[in-house]
Amino acid sequence: MASPAADEDLPQVLLIKNPPAFAVLGEEHFTSTKFRYLKAFESSLPLHDFLAAHGGSVRAILASLSVVDASVLDLLPEVRVIATTSAGLNLLDLPECRRRGIKIANAGDVYSTDVADYAVGLLIDVLRKISASNRYVKQGFWASKGDYYPLGSKFCFQLRGKRIGIVGLGRIGYQVAKRLEAFGCSIAYNSRKAKPGVSYPFYQTVQELAAKSDALILCCGLTQQTRHLVNKEVLAALGKEGVVVNVARGGVIDEKEMVRCLVEGEIAGAGLDVFENEPEVPKELMELDNVVMSPHCAVRTRESLMEVGRLAVGNLEAFFSNEPLLSEFEDD
Amino acid sequence: MESIAVLMTKPIYSYLQAELEKRFKVLKLWEAQDGSRFLEDHNQIIRAVVSDGGTGLSPELMAALPKLEIVSSFSVGMDKIDLGKCKEKGIRVSNTPDVLTDDVADLAIGLTLAVLRKLPASDRYVRSGMWKKGEFKLGTKQFSGKSVGIVGLGRIGQAIATRAEGFGCKISYHSRTPKPESSNYTYYPSVVDLAAHSDILVVACALTNETRHIINREVIDALGPRGVLVNIARGATVDEPELVSALVEGRLGGAGLDVFENEPNVPEQLIELDEKVVLAPHAGSGTEETRKGMADLVVGNLVAHFEGKELLTPVV
Repeated sequence: MASPAADEDLPQVLLIKNPPAFAVLGEEHFTSTKFRYLKAFESSLPLHDFLAAHGGSVRAILASLSVVDASVLDLLPEVRVIATTSAGLNLLDLPECRRRGIKIANAGDVYSTDVADYAVGLLIDVLRKISASNRYVKQGFWASKGDYYPLGSKFCFQLRGKRIGIVGLGRIGYQVAKRLEAFGCSIAYNSRKAKPGVSYPFYQTVQELAAKSDALILCCGLTQQTRHLVNKEVLAALGKEGVVVNVARGGVIDEKEMVRCLVEGEIAGAGLDVFENEPEVPKELMELDNVVMSPHCAVRTRESLMEVGRLAVGNLEAFFSNEPLLSEFEDD
Repeated sequence: MESIAVLMTKPIYSYLQAELEKRFKVLKLWEAQDGSRFLEDHNQIIRAVVSDGGTGLSPELMAALPKLEIVSSFSVGMDKIDLGKCKEKGIRVSNTPDVLTDDVADLAIGLTLAVLRKLPASDRYVRSGMWKKGEFKLGTKQFSGKSVGIVGLGRIGQAIATRAEGFGCKISYHSRTPKPESSNYTYYPSVVDLAAHSDILVVACALTNETRHIINREVIDALGPRGVLVNIARGATVDEPELVSALVEGRLGGAGLDVFENEPNVPEQLIELDEKVVLAPHAGSGTEETRKGMADLVVGNLVAHFEGKELLTPVV
C-alpha cells in the first residue's frame, strides 16, 4: 500500500456504497498504486452534502448498487468514468452519462458464465423438479408415500427438442444459448435488434418469441423499454406448457401477472433469481412446487466477485494511465 | 394375442399397463393374496414377464414360470436379471435403451448444477423467509470450465460429456477399454486417477460384478474435499456407507444422487447433510415423453416376439 504522504497526491475514486466484493472479500484485494478511494458511505453526511463538500475534483466513480443520476453527477463535474461491479446498469442514468461524455466500464464477461450456468440450472430444476423432489426425498416421502407424483407425468419435461426463447441475446444470453444447444434444444431470440452473424431465428417482439417458445429465458438489462416486457400478453402467448426463467431483473416481468398465471396454471412453471421488490417475494409462490426461487445469487460466487472487483480496479487504472478501458460498455 | 398371459411383477406406469391390457391378458402379481399360489395357478399360461430395473426377474420367479419365453424390462439396467441363466434357458430379454439417454444425461447435469450452485438450499432460503434477514452465503463452486470425469462412456456417459462440453468443461473418462472415437477426451485406466483429476465425477456405468462398489473409499478420497460425486447409474456402484462418512467428515465436497443401494431408503445422514447433497427419487427417466417411449418399447418387444419377428431392443 502507498505511504500516507504519497497517498494524498493520488487521484480519488468515489465509492458511494461499499461494493459487495470489498465487503465480502476484503478491500485489500482491490487497492491500487494509481488511485485512492473516497468513501461516501463512511461519512455521516447525507450523500449529496458529502459530494457538495468533497466531490469537486473527483474524476472517477466505482459504482455498485448505487443510483448515479443527474443530481449526483451535478455534484461531480470532473467525473469522466464510472466503473461498475454489477452486470446490470439499471441504476446508472445512461443517457445522462452519455450527455456528459462519461465512459462506463462494466463487468464485461466476468459474470456471463456463472449466470448462464445458473439459468440452465434453474431451467432443468423447474422442468425436472429437482428441488421439489429433493424436498420430497428429504422429508422421507419416497419411502413412505412412494414415487413423487409429478415425475414421469406431464408435469416433468424433456429438454431435447424444446424451443428456447432468449430475451436479450447479450453476453449472458449467448452463453445460455450455447449451453442449451448441447441438450438438443432449439434457440430463438428477441433483442433490440437482430445480431449480425448469429444464426438463431430473431423475433421482433417478445410476444412473437413467446408464442414460438416452450421456455423463455430473460437475460436482458432493465431499462425503461424493458420494464414489464414480459406482461399478460407475453405470458398468454407462452401458454400452459411454457416456463419462464429470470436471471435478469425482477422488473422485466409483470410480477403480479406472472404470479396469477402460475397460481391458475396459465403457465407451467418458473425459475426466478430476481424479483421486483427484493428481498420481498410474493407469498403465493412459496406454496408452489413448479417454481424454483433463489435470492439473487446467480453471480454470487467467490471467484466472480474477486474477478469483477479486480476488473473494476483494472479499468480505473487504465483510465488514470490514459489507456483504453478494459471493458467499456458500448450501448448499441 | 389377447389370450397370451403376461405377468406384471409390480405396478409400473399406468399407460404401460393400459397398453398391455389392450393386447394381452395381463396378470398382476401384486394384487394376488398369495403370490406363490397365484404363480402356481397360472404357471402353465404365463409366457412373458414385464418388470422394471429395480425388480428385474428374481431366480425364484424364473424358476416358478416354466413357460416363460420373454422378459421385457421397463429399464435400460439389467442388473436384476440373470442374463446368463436366461440365455441358457432360451428366455429372451429386452430393455429400453436410447429413449431414456437424454433424460438421464439432463438429470446428471441438473444434479451437478444443483449441488455446485446450491439450488435447493437457495430455494429453501427464499421460501423460509430467511432472505429478508440477510444475504444467502457466498457460493464458491462454479461449473463452467471445470474437469468432469465420467465413469462409463456408454450412450448415457457420452450424452453427459456432450452437455458438459457446452459448459466448456474438460472431459475425461474411465471405461473397460478406451474409446478411439472419443480421442478428444482423456482416458484413465484407473478410476482413482480419474477421480484425482476431476472436480466432478459422474457415475454412468452399468452395474455388473466388476462395477459393484467401483466408487470406493480410495476413489472418494482422490476426488477430495472440493470434489462432487454424481450418481445416475445404480446405487451399488458406490460404496454407500463410505460415501456417507466421507461427506460427513468433509473428505468429499458434495454429492448429487439419483440412485441408492436400498431404494427407496436413503441414509439418514445424507438427509442431515442438507445443502452438500441433492437427492432425487430414481427419476432419471422421469418425463412423460420418455416413460411413454419406454412403455412403447416394452410393448413393441413383446408384440414382435409373439409375432415371430426380431425383437426391437434385445439384450438376450
